[in-house]
Amino acid sequence: MTDTTMTYQPSPEAVKARAVLLGRSRWGFAEIAFWLLAAACYWLFPTKLSLLSEIAILGLVALSIDLVLGYAGIVTLGQGAFFGIGAYAAGLAAKYGAGVAPWSDPVIGLFIGGGFAALIGFATSFLVLRGSDLTRLMVTLGVALIVDEIVNQTKWLTGGSDGLQGVLPSPVLGIWEFDLFGKTAFVYSMVVLFILFLVARAIVKSPFGLSLQAIKGNPLRTRAIGMPVNGRLVAIYTISSFYAGIAGALAAQTTQFASPDYVAFHRSADALLMLVFGGAGHLYGGLLGSIIFRTMQDVLGNITPQYWQFWLGATLVGLVLFVRGGILGLLANLRNRATRNGGAK
Amino acid sequence: MLRRQILTGVGAAALALAAFPALAQETVKVGLILPMTGPSASTGRQIEAGARLWIAQNGDTVAGKKIQLIIKDDTGAADQSKRLATELVVNDKVAVLGGFGLTPLALSVGPVATQAKVPAVIMAAGTSTIVASSPYFVRTSFTLPQNTAPMAQWSAANNIKTVVTLVSDYGPGLDSEKAFKAEFEAKGGKVLETLRAPLANPEFAAFLQKAKDLKPDALFLFVPSGQGASLMKQVNERELAKAGIKIIGTGDVTDDDQLNGMGDALIGMITSHNYSAAHDSPENKAYVSAFLKATNNMRPNFMSVGGYDGMALIYKALEKTKGETDGAKLLDAMKGVSWTSPRGPMSIDATTRDITQNVYIREVKKVDGQLYNVEFATIANVKGSN
Repeated sequence: MTDTTMTYQPSPEAVKARAVLLGRSRWGFAEIAFWLLAAACYWLFPTKLSLLSEIAILGLVALSIDLVLGYAGIVTLGQGAFFGIGAYAAGLAAKYGAGVAPWSDPVIGLFIGGGFAALIGFATSFLVLRGSDLTRLMVTLGVALIVDEIVNQTKWLTGGSDGLQGVLPSPVLGIWEFDLFGKTAFVYSMVVLFILFLVARAIVKSPFGLSLQAIKGNPLRTRAIGMPVNGRLVAIYTISSFYAGIAGALAAQTTQFASPDYVAFHRSADALLMLVFGGAGHLYGGLLGSIIFRTMQDVLGNITPQYWQFWLGATLVGLVLFVRGGILGLLANLRNRATRNGGAK
Repeated sequence: MLRRQILTGVGAAALALAAFPALAQETVKVGLILPMTGPSASTGRQIEAGARLWIAQNGDTVAGKKIQLIIKDDTGAADQSKRLATELVVNDKVAVLGGFGLTPLALSVGPVATQAKVPAVIMAAGTSTIVASSPYFVRTSFTLPQNTAPMAQWSAANNIKTVVTLVSDYGPGLDSEKAFKAEFEAKGGKVLETLRAPLANPEFAAFLQKAKDLKPDALFLFVPSGQGASLMKQVNERELAKAGIKIIGTGDVTDDDQLNGMGDALIGMITSHNYSAAHDSPENKAYVSAFLKATNNMRPNFMSVGGYDGMALIYKALEKTKGETDGAKLLDAMKGVSWTSPRGPMSIDATTRDITQNVYIREVKKVDGQLYNVEFATIANVKGSN
């Protein structure tokens, strides 16, 4: 599965390689359309803004997993830990920083959340370096479980099972108040998602990003050509946890709440599922996956509040069985086939 | 065209929220936010069935308005409860919110109810402080101190001198522990140890062993609806009864929904609670038989009457306002209402908006081959919170 998702085929000719490198970072029509459409949602679905900002936040988590899984090949089931750390850090900043001018600003809160998550991500990345895929899976899962239990036990700080109450973030940049319609929350989440997406895009299209894909393809060989494999992995894992932390901070600020549910196993699993659903290694996979996943949950949940999970599960099984590589994988295959047929001059 | 429609939509929504929540509407929407999937799914099912039963029995029109029930599944996650509450208020323009399976879920909805000025009827969550957290909260379930204090009084009066408490470590559990300890020690008893098991994925064995080693006269238990079966299984395995320790608790543990499956080892267990399916009154007999019929033989538990009485309260309030759905007026109409529910007499306290009801001391007995909580003493008109 992993090999078919590679978009880059190294070329022996330097000129061609340069052209390819430049071509990779060019914006395609579909990409521009995607973001225009995302912005248009504000006017298209004015009654669904809270759901849309939730989708944006989930998309950001899935994107953070894509960075480590889709590009660096680290399988993780622990992204919920960083999401939760970000949520609690930002939530606590908003709760106890209330009134203290700069500290209660949501944007500062984002950096607090992301920063804490990145710190823990950096510290635990060394554990993740050890061992193979299965070991990594267990280590990330273990870290998430530990964070979950810490949240549960430090009741004086996190509120334990009752959740963190009284998170009242100030207006964004002192201007935009969070409203009941979710307008501010939507614009705020989308802007943050877009900025972080641009950064992620720059990262994966850079030589650094290429080296990650090389590591994913063959770590031994990459090491042999003089690439600091471990350093690169630590870097991307830290960046990824920063992303997840920001997503958590966004969640805590827009819902004005944080609960142990944010750190729970099913959050990590859901996010991974969304990424696989959309297709790993395309950047857009996680975003697409979260859109489809949450929309389906919302629609099915309205039709049958009791049995929606069944239909969601059935769709997932079908997708994994018949559409390998996720939705974007399917699209890429179709396009390849089309160019092969049409372009054989 | 599309743009105008959207603009009108946004404008209308803003207007409705600002001043007149749909004065002219003929349909009154009631939005219930319940955990329909996940670990608390049984709570959601019971409340939904209770609410639907009330509508089936009393018709779907009240004071000239048609009642439309909207059920949303929050999966037991607080951020979902909050989002769904917002959507129900903004998009569906519900006149009343209701449901809320667990304390954190109710607390997350509080700010929405306050901001939108929409009454929110708590039909399940039992932490005493919730109602005070928003002026638009009203409760038709119960509170833990309300259900616990009578148990402590009964224990003190029935030759129990020392007790160890074991509760789930979250709002309602701590409420229960505090209420039991205060009341029991005021009556001259002694609480040897207060044990708290985590709410998520609980493993009771170590706590039960510790309780057994302390050799109290009785072990007091509280776990939320749905966890009783696994707790009692481990209590039986540890053979605490054989060690001479009496098992007491709130009725949450011997939940009617699960009681029959817990086994004969429970016979003789004493609990205190606001509702038992075996409550001896004509109202309850009619309720239970109608409930069993409507749900394909699911036995109603205390959650179901929370939903049933929640709808009853909404109907009574609408009758008082003559169908007017303004949030503040509905809320005022709910205050001080009293009626006879399947659980017995109940009322909504006019100042606290919390529930006042009878609490019963019950014993697990076998009736017609099935296990029931059979009531044998009544403590009348216990207040939900002060």
